[in-house]
Amino acid sequence: MKLRAITVDDEDLARQILREYLEKTGDVEIVAECANGFEAVKAVGEHRPDLLFLDIQMPKLDGFEVLELIDPPVAVIFVTAYDQYALKAFDAAAVDYLLKPFSSERLGKAVERARALLSEPHPRALQAAELAAAARPPGQALERVVVKDGTKVHIIPIAKLDYVEAQDDYIALHSEKKSYLKQQTISSIEEQLDSARFARVHRSYIVNLERIARIEPYTKDSRVAVLQDGTQLAVSRSGYARLKELLGENV
Amino acid sequence: MHPIFRNTSSMTAYLALWIVLAGLLAALMRVPGDLDWSKALSVSVPMCLVYAFVCLTPWYLCRAFPLGSPRIARLLINQLGAAILACALWIGLARLLAFAMDLGPGLNRAVPQLVVVGFLFYLMSVALHYALLAVEASREAALQTRDAELRALKSQINPHFLFNCLNSISALTSTDPVRARDMCVRLSDFLRNTLGLGERESISWREELDLARTYLEVEQIRFGSRLNVEMKMDDACAECQVPPLVLQPLIENAIKHGIATMVEGGTVRLEGHVENGNLAIRVENSFDPEAPSPRRHGLGLRNVRNRLATRFGDTARLSLAAADNRYSAEMVFPCHRANPQISK
Repeated sequence: MKLRAITVDDEDLARQILREYLEKTGDVEIVAECANGFEAVKAVGEHRPDLLFLDIQMPKLDGFEVLELIDPPVAVIFVTAYDQYALKAFDAAAVDYLLKPFSSERLGKAVERARALLSEPHPRALQAAELAAAARPPGQALERVVVKDGTKVHIIPIAKLDYVEAQDDYIALHSEKKSYLKQQTISSIEEQLDSARFARVHRSYIVNLERIARIEPYTKDSRVAVLQDGTQLAVSRSGYARLKELLGENV
Repeated sequence: MHPIFRNTSSMTAYLALWIVLAGLLAALMRVPGDLDWSKALSVSVPMCLVYAFVCLTPWYLCRAFPLGSPRIARLLINQLGAAILACALWIGLARLLAFAMDLGPGLNRAVPQLVVVGFLFYLMSVALHYALLAVEASREAALQTRDAELRALKSQINPHFLFNCLNSISALTSTDPVRARDMCVRLSDFLRNTLGLGERESISWREELDLARTYLEVEQIRFGSRLNVEMKMDDACAECQVPPLVLQPLIENAIKHGIATMVEGGTVRLEGHVENGNLAIRVENSFDPEAPSPRRHGLGLRNVRNRLATRFGDTARLSLAAADNRYSAEMVFPCHRANPQISK
């Protein structure tokens, strides 16, 4: 069976060599070629490929962000020139990665690995969102969050994110009076956000410190954080302790 | 050799200080020794002049036994031993002078004061030498850091650029061998020049611009129609002397944070002219204001700023501005033209 693949790279020549190599192997069919992250997200939704060749540095959405926004299980092969931060993560989480320039034999091996993985009954390494989290360079706070809403992609800069609310397996990202749902756990986004700017004030809430207007007592043992727009968020005891640490005693 | 011998003015000032000390010493010896001013001075001045040189010797001991070394006991024994020896020499000298000038036993009564003063002078000199060594060490360290930074910057070839180029060449070999070869040649030119120019103190703006041109040509093969280059360069700029590779980080930023962030690509515009003896260079590019700020943002710019400041001080500036989707970097610094005799 031919594998169906999408190639994503902003450089014509980089897509061209992938095409040339894949045509030569004969058992991979390219169903779409994309020059940027937006196109890639759209194409993956439309074509549901088996295999995704993904560059990292691209306009609009980078390779990691693309991974966060696609839901069908897909075997991802990173194709990148040089990325000293991400290589280790690739080892752990991606099917494979190709370092530019690469030989057609090397590409053949990557395709074989993907094929073997896809034939497993419950492929382990195909959850794109997990892969995205693992591939992000550690210790680097998120600067923007990307969310897919139907076929539309929203980019929320961190400065415009008011608070995050847990909703089962999803999180609701509240920004400028709108809310966006994303499939991610609140603990995983807590790890990605800058801990000097965001605090987990409750099991279900992470709040942007700059949005807090005041903290009010609620019951004997709990408090609420009142945001500048009047929104009230529950604050747990440990959440209050964290806030005191970040904002000083007079909260 | 002791650093004080390096220039005459510091040596003169040092000896003048000791002449003043000789005056004070004379005043100290006069009362217990029952001497008049001229006799006291005729002993104290030669004593102090000799002692001035004796008090330079801790420089060697202080270097041999730096503060904070684990052998603190040896340090103390050596310094104290040297102090006692120096003091004994100084008293011996005093008695010799008194004997030669036939001053009688009067000076003997001033010996306790002389011992205390000699000892203190020596120890003070030890302390000052440790301070001097510390200052020299920190200056040296700062210098080395700057040198290392400069070297790193000069020889810095962006690996991302290099590997992407090789990948483009690899893609072109089967479809367009002529362009593949062309790119090989241009890339080699760029690498060779980067390595060669980086070693020089300064180069002409013409050479710097040629390098940027080669770089942009290589990138144009890579980005294809996405990269458009416009250049408006005044001929007067050509012979201005500039620190090598001072333009390169600005051009690389324009590509990496500018053109590469745009789906449709954009234009890099390069302008330069000489005005009031200053070279003014402007690099302008399109960029996507929504793109996340890059990881290593500012390193290249900081390096440019540092290098301009090191070379030209306050007379140079680098200013950055972003408006809508245009980003511009402008640097202005004095245009020194090479002296034809020296440039040979």
